[in-house]
Amino acid sequence: MSEASNEFSTAHLRHVQRRYYGRWLAATLILAAFAFVVHAFATGQIAWKVVGQFFTAKAILIGLENTIIMTICAMALGIVLGVLFAVMYMSPNPVLKNVARFYVWFFRGTPLLLQLLLWFNLALIFPVIGIPGVLEVRTVDLITPFVATLLGLGINQGAYTAEVVRSGILSVDKGQTEAAKSIGMTRLVTLRRIVLPQAMRVIIPPVGNEVISMVKLTSVASVIQYSEILRNAQTIYYANARVMELLIVAAIWYLAVVTVLSFGQYFLERRFARGHGDRQARVAPTAVEAGA
Amino acid sequence: MVVAVDVHKHFGNFAALKGVALEMAEGEVLCIIGPSGSGKSTFLRCINQLERVDRGAIWVNGELIGFRREGDALHELSDVELARQRLLCGMVFQRFNLFHHQTALQNIIEGPVTVQRRSRAEAEEEAMTLLARVGLADKCNAYPIELSGGQQQRVAIMRALAMHPKLMLFDEPTSALDPELVSEVLNVMRDLASSGMTMIVVTHELGFAREVAHRVAFMDEGRVVESGAPNEVLGTPQHPRTREFIAAVLS
Repeated sequence: MSEASNEFSTAHLRHVQRRYYGRWLAATLILAAFAFVVHAFATGQIAWKVVGQFFTAKAILIGLENTIIMTICAMALGIVLGVLFAVMYMSPNPVLKNVARFYVWFFRGTPLLLQLLLWFNLALIFPVIGIPGVLEVRTVDLITPFVATLLGLGINQGAYTAEVVRSGILSVDKGQTEAAKSIGMTRLVTLRRIVLPQAMRVIIPPVGNEVISMVKLTSVASVIQYSEILRNAQTIYYANARVMELLIVAAIWYLAVVTVLSFGQYFLERRFARGHGDRQARVAPTAVEAGA
Repeated sequence: MVVAVDVHKHFGNFAALKGVALEMAEGEVLCIIGPSGSGKSTFLRCINQLERVDRGAIWVNGELIGFRREGDALHELSDVELARQRLLCGMVFQRFNLFHHQTALQNIIEGPVTVQRRSRAEAEEEAMTLLARVGLADKCNAYPIELSGGQQQRVAIMRALAMHPKLMLFDEPTSALDPELVSEVLNVMRDLASSGMTMIVVTHELGFAREVAHRVAFMDEGRVVESGAPNEVLGTPQHPRTREFIAAVLS
């Protein structure tokens, strides 16, 4: 009798946490590898003083500024085009629909670098741009490295954003559109007031990802002489041969900008999760996970 | 108030409506009953032009719905004209369809402010009166997800009313509700009916139909099979299909 009651009494029992030997082992190995890499960089042919010296050099800061300006402008153009073409894609009008299809097909189907070169060399096809006899501009004067980069990155981005926006619009329940119609809203007002605000919840995370991606994509513009941070770093190391040092300077700046943007994305996602419970809103920021 | 003549509607090869004819006067409450797939909801949606009729015509308040007549030709109305015409009717959906990103109050003032261009202050004042009328004044800042089904449906009814429609359409307004929440919505509809509002209610609540409706129409296979006073249609149905249906619902 007393043995049986012993078997079912729990007062003297205690919980012991599971031991995760694998995690300890993995962490140790990773730390060792990390230490090895740090050691290699610390003792390698890198003059860290030069990194510090050029970190805030004027050319680098101007490059940083240009990178940020281009990210903002190209992304703004991309989002405007993305929304426009997504709406066209979903329009009942077959003409608009097919124009949007073609746009997405073409700009997703060719490499970004090639598109940049096309825009930059536009003068070869259209020597002058404008309305004949009224306003004509020589294309080489109009298509500066800035304009070519903006057009290349922005229009390319628009094709991707259009697909993101379209999936966002599709995620909104049809009943929302019907309710909007029933209170007398036209198609465009419904889109602006009811559908897009709700689609934002689905659109923001991937677009945030693409903003981060865009920060780094601007470096491609170095091939058409847009003075963003990587190009300016290159210009310096062509002169002083400190290749690694200047690449490290650029890498640190890219990481800094991307980290700041990740936080911005977190707050935007919280804002647009309104009316969908708190769970999505509390998702932690997805730090530096964005691949190009 | 509403005149429907020979209304047909097809979805692909499926004929949802095969010549619905109906007339109702101002201030009348009409309940449409019938088995699922009989075309009740489709007919209701045709009145509001959420579906376009393929043949026949519907008039609301003397206006031909969805088309402009020139001689013997019916020209489809534009998006803007349709939107204006929909202001005649308020609609309440089975699944509420409140705007998820807006609070109860914002849902109600959305139409008056965005569509009718009334001042925000005036619209908010009226919305608060409407919310108080259905006992939800304290929920004005709640998002739909924070409300029960019954509360959401009451807000949805007020959202439709805030537009001052001539006619209210209810598409199975209690079918998606938990049983204990049905009566709070029916009470609101009962009050609305006694205030003299013209209403068409697609419903499975035969008790509500018997008590509130001035007229009950029974639909089956895309036609109005029988219509008349509630105690005639529900009590002494003439058509065998009506008898079958009512026996099945009551058993």
